Amino acid sequence: MAILDVADLSVEFATAKGPLRAVDRVSFGLAEGEVLGIVGESGSGKTVACRSILRLLPGERARIVGGKVLFEGRDLLQLAEPSMRELRGGRIGMIFQNPSTHLDPLMTVGRQVAEPLIYHQGLSASEARKKAVELLRLVGIPDPKRNADAFPHQFSGGMRQRAMIAGAVACEPRLLIADEPTTALDVTVQAQILRLLLELRDRTGLAIILITHDLGVVAATCDNVAVMYAGRIMERAAKAELLRRPLHPYTEGLMRSRPTAAGRGRELHTIEGQLPPLGDPPGGCRFHPRCIHAQARCQTGAVALEAASITHSTACLRWREVMAPA
Amino acid sequence: MSAFLEIDDLHVRYRAPGGIGDFLARRPSKTTRAVNGVSFAIDKGDTLGLVGESGCGKSTLGRALLRLTPTSGGSVRFAGQDVLSLKERALLGFRRRAQMVFQDPYASLNPRLTVAETLAEVFRVHRLCPAGEVAERVRVLMARVGLPAEFSGRRGAGLSGGQCQRVGIARALAMGAEFIVADEPVSALDVSIQAQILNLFNRLQREMGLTCLFISHDLGVVRYLCRRVAVMYLGRIVEIGPTEEMFRNPKHPYTRALIEAIPPMTPDAKVAALGLPGEPPSPLDLPAGCPFHPRCARAMAHCRSGEPPARRRTGDTDVWCHLYPPNPAP
Repeated sequence: MAILDVADLSVEFATAKGPLRAVDRVSFGLAEGEVLGIVGESGSGKTVACRSILRLLPGERARIVGGKVLFEGRDLLQLAEPSMRELRGGRIGMIFQNPSTHLDPLMTVGRQVAEPLIYHQGLSASEARKKAVELLRLVGIPDPKRNADAFPHQFSGGMRQRAMIAGAVACEPRLLIADEPTTALDVTVQAQILRLLLELRDRTGLAIILITHDLGVVAATCDNVAVMYAGRIMERAAKAELLRRPLHPYTEGLMRSRPTAAGRGRELHTIEGQLPPLGDPPGGCRFHPRCIHAQARCQTGAVALEAASITHSTACLRWREVMAPA
Repeated sequence: MSAFLEIDDLHVRYRAPGGIGDFLARRPSKTTRAVNGVSFAIDKGDTLGLVGESGCGKSTLGRALLRLTPTSGGSVRFAGQDVLSLKERALLGFRRRAQMVFQDPYASLNPRLTVAETLAEVFRVHRLCPAGEVAERVRVLMARVGLPAEFSGRRGAGLSGGQCQRVGIARALAMGAEFIVADEPVSALDVSIQAQILNLFNRLQREMGLTCLFISHDLGVVRYLCRRVAVMYLGRIVEIGPTEEMFRNPKHPYTRALIEAIPPMTPDAKVAALGLPGEPPSPLDLPAGCPFHPRCARAMAHCRSGEPPARRRTGDTDVWCHLYPPNPAP
């Protein structure tokens, strides 16, 4: 059963030059125990879309202008703020790229992991501390009893990320939103953290949204993938299908421009040009100015995700003609 | 032919500042051995990749051999000159020939100067050509790094990350640099932009015979660009050799773990099952013996004490690990 169903979500930012649509009619969902990867380059809207699920956007400037976010059957966009606060850190956890900026430097790690337990589950301080030590052990912090009294600056980057995960899963959430959780970490530590997330999923049936720019991370961890570009989803598919046969020229370009795709010294495939300005996006398909297959109808036509199979949709208008058959 | 750049037993130590309590108690301050006896050579026109995790000393090494940070021992020879003893005019001459490209393309450019001004400044400061020729030289340089002429009036904020990095590379080339230390030059860029900059590096190698030390934590990038790779751990090189040999058959257990930890982009990829336990120890408090032994699955008794292992030759690769037989005495 779907635990989260996001439908036609649109988010706008107010700017001096008028509204800027950072997320445009984005739909995705995931089931219990599923890992969904949201892939995109900077400015693609992947972080804004996921923060909108928790309504964690800068209030005065950002506005959710349309869509639904159904979590366990309730539309989070209609929920009153106190109920929303119940969910954040309770049924839905979130972890970020840079744990240093999301941990309180003046509070011990143990206290920060215990806080949601006191707030959401009404545990006493000593019960919460005991459970916090258990959680730190669960996420692989050595000597958790002693390290619960450490401050974040005494931890390495990998240990801080583990501590943030401990806090995010303290109240046994059903959904974890992980925004580039390993981007700031070294590869060997990245493998440890990804393994930890998958173990938590296996043990508790946690659903995870993994925001990343790294298709290698997607390949190793995700069940399904959505590829975002300039505020829209370009392609959505089961992981293996997407990697075996991408059905959007943008996805294919991303895959081919990885340095491992070519032999040493060979010219790498590049996607020419730049991201379009979100305040003034191109008409039709937003990727058309950079697409080698673009035709007149790509510049004006209405674009929607089209199902190529039950588990594979693409927003490319010409996928039947231009994307090589398997 | 002797190597273009040759580094021998280079050391960089920092004194870690103690607290006021340490000062009052007259406790000796601790020393960080950021670079701890590194030796290697790069031939003219070659690109050596330098990989390692954060804090291993790879950036410090790159800065030290350009004399951007003071060294504590060892030697650096560049085109026959002893770099560490150069003074004044000779040092200025070295600076023209050896340049650095930085990771953060925005932070390394002056936001108040336009692209043309940034590049023209180099020609003026180093008096490389008559004032009347500067504009033309800037135009040629921009074309060389793939910056369209209409960008000459833009400032940093009006450029994308990839364009800023092109300006940074152009600035390094302006003086006719023959050797470049590139410190994570593509790490801050999106994949599609990263590919454009890697192509540029490739072209510069081919067309200008540029010699390069390419520092990166990304093994995929290094494999693509470099003919040889050095792997650094806690201030020391642990393995250096031809790229393909290293990826096909990594010798040092640390190199092996690094390569296994890269998730391949294949439909049936898995998160590396083994990986490495723990994290690198603090360079303030180096373990005895091989610096890698606390995390090494194959550590033996004599890895845990005494001096770190000496260099051993196997095939075309040098490795610093007790698993391999010592070199025969000369």
